[in-house]
Amino acid sequence: MTELAGGLVQSVDWLAVAPPTILAVVALAVLVADLFTDEARKPLLGWAAVGGLVLAGLALLPLLNGDRSTFCLTTGAHNCSYVADHFTLAIQLLVIGGALLTALLSLHNQDRLPPGEFWFLLLSSAAGAALLPASRDLATLVVALEVVSLPSFALVGLRRGDRLSSEAALKFFLSSVTATAVMLLGVSFVYAATGTLHLTAVADGLSHAPAQLATLARTGAVLTLVGFAFKLAVAPFHFWVPDTYAGAPLPVAAYLSVVGKAAGFSGLILVTVIGFRPYGDVWGPALAVLAALTMSVGNVAALRQRPEQARSAVRLLAWSSIGQAGYLLVPLAAAGYVSDQGHQIGATVSYALMYAVVNLGAFGVAALVLRSHALNRIADYRALYARRPLAALALAFFLLCLAGLPPGIIGLFAKVVVFSSAVDAGLGWLAVIMAVNVVIALYYYLRWTALLFARPEPAAGEAAPVVRAPASLTAAIAAAAVVGVALSGAPQLVLRFASGSLF
Amino acid sequence: MNDTALQYALVALVVLPLLGAIGALLPAPPGLKGRDPDQAVLRHGVSVTGAVLLLSIMLAAGFDYGHSARMQGTTDLSWIPALHIRIHLGVDGVSLPLIVLTALLTFLCALHAYFKMPEGPTPKAFVALLLVLEAGTLGTFAVLDLMLFFLAFEMVLIPMYFLIARWGGEGSPVSGHHPSEEALRARSRVDRAAFRFILYTLLGSVVMLLGLLLIGLKAGTFDMVALATDNGSKLSHSTQIIAVLAIGLGLAVKAPMWPLHSWLPDAHTAAPTTGSVLLAGVLLKMGTYGLVRIVLPIAPQGAHFFAPYLAAFAVVGILYGSLACLALGRKGSGGDLKRLIAYSSVGHMGFVLLGIATLTPTGVNGALFANIAHGLITGLLFFLVGAVKERYGSTDLDQLAGDGGAALYGTAPRLGGLLAFGAVASLGLPGLAGFWGEMLAMFGSFHPAAGLSRPAYLTFMALAAFGTLLTAAYLLGVVRRVCMGDRGAETVRLADVRGFEFATWSPLVALTVLAGLWPAALLGLTDPAVRTLLGGH
Repeated sequence: MTELAGGLVQSVDWLAVAPPTILAVVALAVLVADLFTDEARKPLLGWAAVGGLVLAGLALLPLLNGDRSTFCLTTGAHNCSYVADHFTLAIQLLVIGGALLTALLSLHNQDRLPPGEFWFLLLSSAAGAALLPASRDLATLVVALEVVSLPSFALVGLRRGDRLSSEAALKFFLSSVTATAVMLLGVSFVYAATGTLHLTAVADGLSHAPAQLATLARTGAVLTLVGFAFKLAVAPFHFWVPDTYAGAPLPVAAYLSVVGKAAGFSGLILVTVIGFRPYGDVWGPALAVLAALTMSVGNVAALRQRPEQARSAVRLLAWSSIGQAGYLLVPLAAAGYVSDQGHQIGATVSYALMYAVVNLGAFGVAALVLRSHALNRIADYRALYARRPLAALALAFFLLCLAGLPPGIIGLFAKVVVFSSAVDAGLGWLAVIMAVNVVIALYYYLRWTALLFARPEPAAGEAAPVVRAPASLTAAIAAAAVVGVALSGAPQLVLRFASGSLF
Repeated sequence: MNDTALQYALVALVVLPLLGAIGALLPAPPGLKGRDPDQAVLRHGVSVTGAVLLLSIMLAAGFDYGHSARMQGTTDLSWIPALHIRIHLGVDGVSLPLIVLTALLTFLCALHAYFKMPEGPTPKAFVALLLVLEAGTLGTFAVLDLMLFFLAFEMVLIPMYFLIARWGGEGSPVSGHHPSEEALRARSRVDRAAFRFILYTLLGSVVMLLGLLLIGLKAGTFDMVALATDNGSKLSHSTQIIAVLAIGLGLAVKAPMWPLHSWLPDAHTAAPTTGSVLLAGVLLKMGTYGLVRIVLPIAPQGAHFFAPYLAAFAVVGILYGSLACLALGRKGSGGDLKRLIAYSSVGHMGFVLLGIATLTPTGVNGALFANIAHGLITGLLFFLVGAVKERYGSTDLDQLAGDGGAALYGTAPRLGGLLAFGAVASLGLPGLAGFWGEMLAMFGSFHPAAGLSRPAYLTFMALAAFGTLLTAAYLLGVVRRVCMGDRGAETVRLADVRGFEFATWSPLVALTVLAGLWPAALLGLTDPAVRTLLGGH
């Protein structure tokens, strides 16, 4: 980092901020280019977006040392607003990889969505998600979170003339705006109590806050966390998720369930573990209760999905993603109980990486099936193996990873990491609740898996002819499957985060 | 054979079936195409399992019998440093017989399938699943890391599920546009049985995972050898009790222990012949093996605390299994022969659990012996019942025997003779394999380990002895109804034992006789290892 000028002028390390910047620039470029391309050339916009995502992914390579930071205060304590440490890089990898897979899932059905807007919104949201894990002050954090969510509302409601899609967008919008309002109120309280927005300084300020401001600081912390709980669809603030996912275009639902969640979680980690570290005895138990509640609500609701219902496949994935969010919260809650939080944060990050890959893969196969069965019921997956053997095998692998059963070895060990973080922190009861939930989840994932290989319905008559799968969709599923299999062979690739400190 | 060769043989034993499973899914290479693709893939199954059997025999030949308590052929590689999980393989006197038994039974199943493919989808998938199953079971017996043990333990579930659900059932595939109501009902019965099998086992194993994690985190290592050497000294009393409860539940579902056995009869009734043979012969052993390998040495205080309860449940299982068999064997009860053998498995595994619960070298040796004996005899019985079903089209005892009896001695004398042989071996006739294990288990409970209530164990022993009487009663009853009887007027001469059946069954018969006449061969192998595991050093 070079010192450009003295005084208050902050120098900018452009290499460090390259990943989100590239995404934002490409997003704008695509939006502008949309105006000047004729109908026949519109597909090129999609490939441009894919290229931008790949470029942003490559921009992570020079940062691998994990020691860069920028937008630092030039006076007083060394507080930076943007830090590219290993935690940031892991989440950015997840975000960019997730957005890339989403883009591949969406390339084939561009005729249904307005291309220019779609790619612009997807890339802007991804830019926000890439910024979020790097931000180290509350203002940047809130701004980044809004950059993730605002384009998402539009993405959900993008299918013009679709009543369900608009309703979903409205639900999502209202709950999200409420969350933002609550969070901003909390942030302002915290700022009032500590006089700073930088997370490390907030932690310092909270432990030395004057007695008359303690209540204000506590209220601020609680409100900020409630805001995050809303965004993350943590029970009891989860009601908007299934309708939103079911109403949104399928790739958008996939994007929300993976990238949106990962970004929200990285924000929650930063706020709790760095910012509100002195209040660990408060948010630790609170998050533990929320985790238990979230996984139970999600899994029980997923269990109750009827395979014959319309859209049951996406609904099941939506509810199960709430359940998975509960597992993600477990190590975070455990972090409130221990002094060295590196393992716990690492466990969440490893689990999130695993979940991102296999969940996107499952959505990919769902997108494939959706092409021939518009109703998107679980019952449509009966005997998928007879029609599309490779897709069925891939989906079975993804579901078993989500369930945590061999051959989905990575899913199993990611759960082991989460379990051990809970047992380590003395949260035995949470581990037991999670075990019960894992069993419930096993039931519905297995039922679906078994259906894939079931005998074809005898009275089904002539089966619909198998349409060739588009190349981009095949590539997305194959990529997810290859990464999943590779991780199953060498789980250390993601689990190593759980053994070291990321910050 | 030196230790390095032993090490390679052991690694190959686990890896070869996995590679074979992948190979089964690929098209056959030129030159090995055979008559048709089905035949080629079934032959592939026979050759891979045959190679595995050869490897296991090499392993047994190279094993140093002078030091059977020591882990031999060990491999120890770091796999997931983040979780301290190591690829640690090794074989000692406890695991060697089980590895050979697994390799043998799987080979016989592949051979049987080569000549008589069970009704169902493609043989390709059948062979691949069979090989994954073999890799999982061999892995369970060969690994020395708690997490790998869990992984291998879970690996068998999916293949077994599909073997039951897709190849099991009444032997009449549902086809055409209008299958009969009856066939559809049978179909859903099979699906339910298979699903219940996997759910029960999974429920148990999730609890077991928590117990294993508790041990690993409290003791600081997942390595079974290191943990066994510590002999529980690094684990507090309460940790051991919680861990044994959790691990024991998972293993007890698998074993199965009464009252967690209720998945077993349905699964056996629904499974195809090869599925039943492997389920009874090998998969159940994983539960009891886990008790001996993990619970006894790693958490001795916890094992001591729960031993009387385990013994009590085991004895109830013995009596319950026998009584259920008696009821099924009665005329007019509509009993199914496969179901009857499944219930008899509950009884026999009760003896194994009783032997383990005595916590004495005698009892545990007996348990391990009974394990092997049950694998051989019940494997044989399921093969035989499969043959009966193939010839009569049913295993329903009432349909089979009618009023007078099925008269197998008259219609198919060799098959009848073998069935009678299997039955008397199963009831524990001295001189055959079934005798020694159960005798030693009861003998162990005559003198249970120090600190266990002797009067309670004497009661258990008496009840178990009564169980052997009941076992004799129902097995002889079955022999009378199936093998004897009036041939009647229409003497249809059924196909007697065919060449491939003879080849499949004779190794089991020979080993049953051998183990019965020369038990020292097996006991000499397990005894030093058992003494080490029990902490006698």
